[in-house]
Parts: sequence; structure tokens; C-alpha cells
Amino acid sequence: MASSNLPVDRSFESGVLNGECPGAVLPPECLWKKKKNGFALIECPQRIPCNPCATSCPAGAVRPFADINDVPRVDYEKCTGCALCVAACPGLACFVVDLTYGEDLALVKLPYEMLPVPSAGDEVDCVDRTGGVAGRGSVVGVSEPLKDHTRVVSVSVKKDIVSDVRAIRTVN
Amino acid sequence: MNPAVREAEILVVGGGAAGLCAAAEAAVAGARVLVLESDLHLGGQLVKQTHKFFGSKDEFAGTRGFKIAGKILDEMASCKDKIETVTNANVMGYYPEDGVVTVMVGEDEYFKVKPARIVMATGAQERLIAFPNNDLPGVYGAGAVQTLMNVYGVSPGDRVLMVGAGNIGLIVSYQLMQAGVQVAAILEAMPNIGGYWVHAAKIRRLGVPILLRHTIKAALGDVVVEGAIVRSLANGETFKIDCDIICLAVGLSPTAEILWQAGCEMKYVPELCGYVPIRNARQRTTNDDVWVAGDAAGIEEASSAMVEGRIAGLDAAASLGYEIDESRFGVYEERLKALRSGETASRIRAGLARVSANGFLGGMTSDGFQ
Ligand SMILES: Cc1cc2nc3c(=O)[nH]c(=O)nc-3n(C[C@H](O)[C@H](O)[C@H](O)COP(=O)(O)OP(=O)(O)OC[C@H]3O[C@@H](n4cnc5c(N)ncnc54)[C@H](O)[C@@H]3O)c2cc1C
Repeated sequence: MASSNLPVDRSFESGVLNGECPGAVLPPECLWKKKKNGFALIECPQRIPCNPCATSCPAGAVRPFADINDVPRVDYEKCTGCALCVAACPGLACFVVDLTYGEDLALVKLPYEMLPVPSAGDEVDCVDRTGGVAGRGSVVGVSEPLKDHTRVVSVSVKKDIVSDVRAIRTVN
Repeated sequence: MNPAVREAEILVVGGGAAGLCAAAEAAVAGARVLVLESDLHLGGQLVKQTHKFFGSKDEFAGTRGFKIAGKILDEMASCKDKIETVTNANVMGYYPEDGVVTVMVGEDEYFKVKPARIVMATGAQERLIAFPNNDLPGVYGAGAVQTLMNVYGVSPGDRVLMVGAGNIGLIVSYQLMQAGVQVAAILEAMPNIGGYWVHAAKIRRLGVPILLRHTIKAALGDVVVEGAIVRSLANGETFKIDCDIICLAVGLSPTAEILWQAGCEMKYVPELCGYVPIRNARQRTTNDDVWVAGDAAGIEEASSAMVEGRIAGLDAAASLGYEIDESRFGVYEERLKALRSGETASRIRAGLARVSANGFLGGMTSDGFQ
């Protein structure tokens, strides 16, 4: 669907994350590698008045906001990787990455509000932050935790692309 | 036709987020409220918003906009003996001599109301920009695209060029993608997106280019839009983008006509996107019988529009002698303060500092809160 002939702006100012910053940090690698079910990764680097990630977390792992404009911070002692934040975030900015899924495979849980809704077993294109295909993935499960049409799609991907995959595109 | 002048304790003009909250709040306090809405249904902008809203739980964060409208309507239903709503009813004029308001219902029915108090919650109007062929069929405002798509379920076209990367341009682009419409690109004259970064990020992931420092030079086509000439503001280069829809999301201006007619003292405040009335902390204008809330008071968000509506409704009811819980004002003011405390709201703060009658805003200054 992308317009292939136009230049691809990868600047932060155009909505593309390129590197860690407050509101968009990665879990500490040593904990993350061993954490069953994975950790939440939040990419919300701008202070905006919004807090459902914190108020919806059943484990209290998105630290409570002192100010509603705070950027989210994850407490990795508490995060269970349940992916409720993935379903709750109005900005679709929460993901869960489980590095323990397989030898070479990681499980990425991402928010999905498009049609068609994929099913477990489907092969999908896994795309990066500008919509470029980072690789293929296999849908492991699709849930709708809040019953509000935001699906959480769990897709297994090669470990070497986990830091790029932020959406999926169904293929026929 | 009913030539008699109707009475109303509180007339709410506009049944969007602000107006409905004003009505609910005033009715709970005991006042009899008449809501007049020019559209065929209540809810204003909310009914077109299929995305989840930001904010806090108090303003239904995480809930899709159209569901928020439903929640306020439910609240109104709990005091329905106090609230009358009329849709397809366009408030046309206010006559300051006697405080009579004239209303058109549909095309050929007409009546007058003489309300004791008025809450103006008329929302906003879209801006357009000038370029050759901007009158071709296929050039739309973002609001029209949303109405077609989300209210009537009609696809506006196959491939859209979006002009403007504010929240509206970003969100409507996302909604278009959800409806299966291609978005060729989003143009933005500024060197950065104007809307929330996360809204841009979710569009970028879908492969939609955002062209910063670019604008539209002309629409192409003889009978309908067939494309657009786009110009880089960085180097002046022009190129063509194929599209059958050009969607303008270049900003809103407060709808203020009736406030002018009501003799409210108005001020041009660029940060609030146009002429807005001077008001006090309770949303009361310089016309003692008139309150203002929501986008009509300055372009902001539904979250703050709802809180402003509640303050206006409560204060209007109090002014009629209804007993209210004064502490509610404090609660609402705290919510507004929180919503407006971040960097993204610095413009709003600067604007509000300029329209506040005698610096009421609890020590708020243009660069923060004291
Ligand atoms: C695409 C888009 C996305 C948005 N996303 C968000 C978001 O995520 N979060 C958020 O908080 N806000 C969001 N907003 C903003 C929000 O929708 C508005 O700020 C809010 O609806 C303002 O409420 P209001 O009641 O002031 O105006 P409106 O909702 O515009 O309601 C005004 C009503 O008054 C009626 N009216 C006008 N003139 C007359 C008249 N003369 N007689 C009778 N009736 C009249 C209109 O028909 C309308 O129904 C979004 C807006 C848009 C367009």
C-alpha cells in the first residue's frame, strides 16, 4: 500500500523512532533474555496527557504517573508480559516481546485494528516503523482482551528482526 | 410552525461533547434544559471518532469517541424529564434587545426561544486553503471525509492525499486505511508533525509517507480530482502525486457567530485558532446570560471540551438559584489543569491567558502553572 516512489523520511520529527529515549526504552537485556512471556516495550516518547497504559496495567508495572503528561516507565520487576497495555493504549504504542519463545524465534505481541483479522497459523508480513517488510512471521494467536475491536496479534519472528517489527500486514 | 415564543431555563446551543456535558450537569442540578443541535443526531465530532481517545479515565481515555458520546447520552437519559433535545434544529440568531433566539428546524419550520441562560457549544468550522482547482469534486475537508466514511459508511474514494499532519490529518488517515482506502501521502508544511507523535508512528508503520516541509500547489483534473502537484518548501521542487481525493486537515476555527450576535466581548487569539469570547473561570462570557464551552471557546480537545461543558452547565444552573455542590468546580478545574499542563498544551495555556477576564485562571500563566 505504500507509495514506493516517494522518499522515506526516517526522522523522529516525521513519526519514526530511531533509538532509545525517555518514554521509549528497551528492557535490560540480561533480564529480558530470560523473561518468560516477555516484557512490555513502549514507544511513547512525547509528553501528552494520556495514561491508560498505567491505569490499565493489572500488575502495576507501568509506574503510576505523577502527572498525566508523564511518559511511561516500565517496572521490569512487575511486568508479566500480559499485553493488556498493548490492547489498552490509545496510541497503539505498546508491544510485548518475548525472547524465550524459541531458539531462533521471538514472539512479538502487537496491536491490530485493520481488516482482515489474521488467524493463528497465517503467514504475515512483519513490517518496520516505516512500513517496510522486515521479514515473514507466523501468527501464533489473536486475542481481543478488552472486547473493543483492538486485537492483540502474537506473531513469531526471527530473533534478529524483533527490534524492527512493529506491525503486520496480511498477505493473500 | 409555532409562532409562540418557547421558554427555557437553559438553552444549550450545539449537542457535541461540550453541549451534552453542560446539559447533563445542569439537569442534574435541577435546571430544565433545551438542547438544540443542527445535525441530524447528537454527539458532534464525537460520533465520527472511531479511534480511542487519550486523556484520563475521568474523560473516558481508551474509549472510542463515538462510545463516549453514548456514555454522555446515557447520563442525560438518567434525568430525561429535565432535558429536551431537538436535532435538525439550527440556531440562526440571537436578538440582544429581548434575548430571543431564533431556530430553523429542517428547511421550513421555524421557532423562537427565550431562554433565561445560554450555553454556547457550537464547536468549530474547518479551514480550507487556497490553491488552483480547490473547487474540483474530490477536494474535501477532513470532517466531510469522516462523515461520509464513519457516519454513512460511504468510501470517499480510492486513494487520498492528506494535507496536514496535525492530529486530525493523522487520525483521519488512519481511519481511511482502516476503511481500506489508500493514503498516498500526508503533507505537512512544518518541519515536524503537528499531532501527537504516536498517531504519526502508527500511520508510518502502515507505510504512509509523511512529507514534512511540503505543501499542495494545485489539484489536477478536468471534472474530478485526478492528482495533485506537491511542492517542497525546502528546495522548491514540485512533483505529482496520483490520487482521487485531496483531504484538507489544515485546522479549525471556533464557530462564534452567535457569540458575536450576543454582544460578547470577543478577541482574536491565534493560539485558540480564531475569535473567541472573553470569559471567567466558570466559562461565563461578558454577556451575563451566556456561557461558552468546548471548541467554540478555542480549539482544543474533547476531553477539555467535556470538562468546560460541565463547568458551564453547573454555573449556569447555579446562577438560576439551583443548589449545587460548589466543590465540583474545584474538581473540574483540577482536571482541566492536568489536561493542560503538558508541553503539547503550551499554546492553549498561552491562548487562555489572553481571554481570561481579570486573570482568573488560578494563577495560570502562559508558560505553566504557578
Ligand atoms: C479527526 C478528529 C479526531 C479527534 N480526536 C480527538 C481525541 O483523540 N481526543 C480528544 O480529546 N479530542 C479529539 N478531537 C477533538 C474533539 O472531537 C473536539 O474537540 C470536540 O468534539 C469538541 O466538542 P464541542 O462540543 O466543542 O464541539 P463539536 O463536537 O463540534 O459539537 C458542536 C456541535 O454544535 C452544533 N452546532 C454548531 N452550530 C450550531 C447552531 N447554530 N445551531 C445548532 N447546533 C449547532 C454542531 O452541529 C455540532 O454538533 C478530535 C477531532 C477530530 C476532528
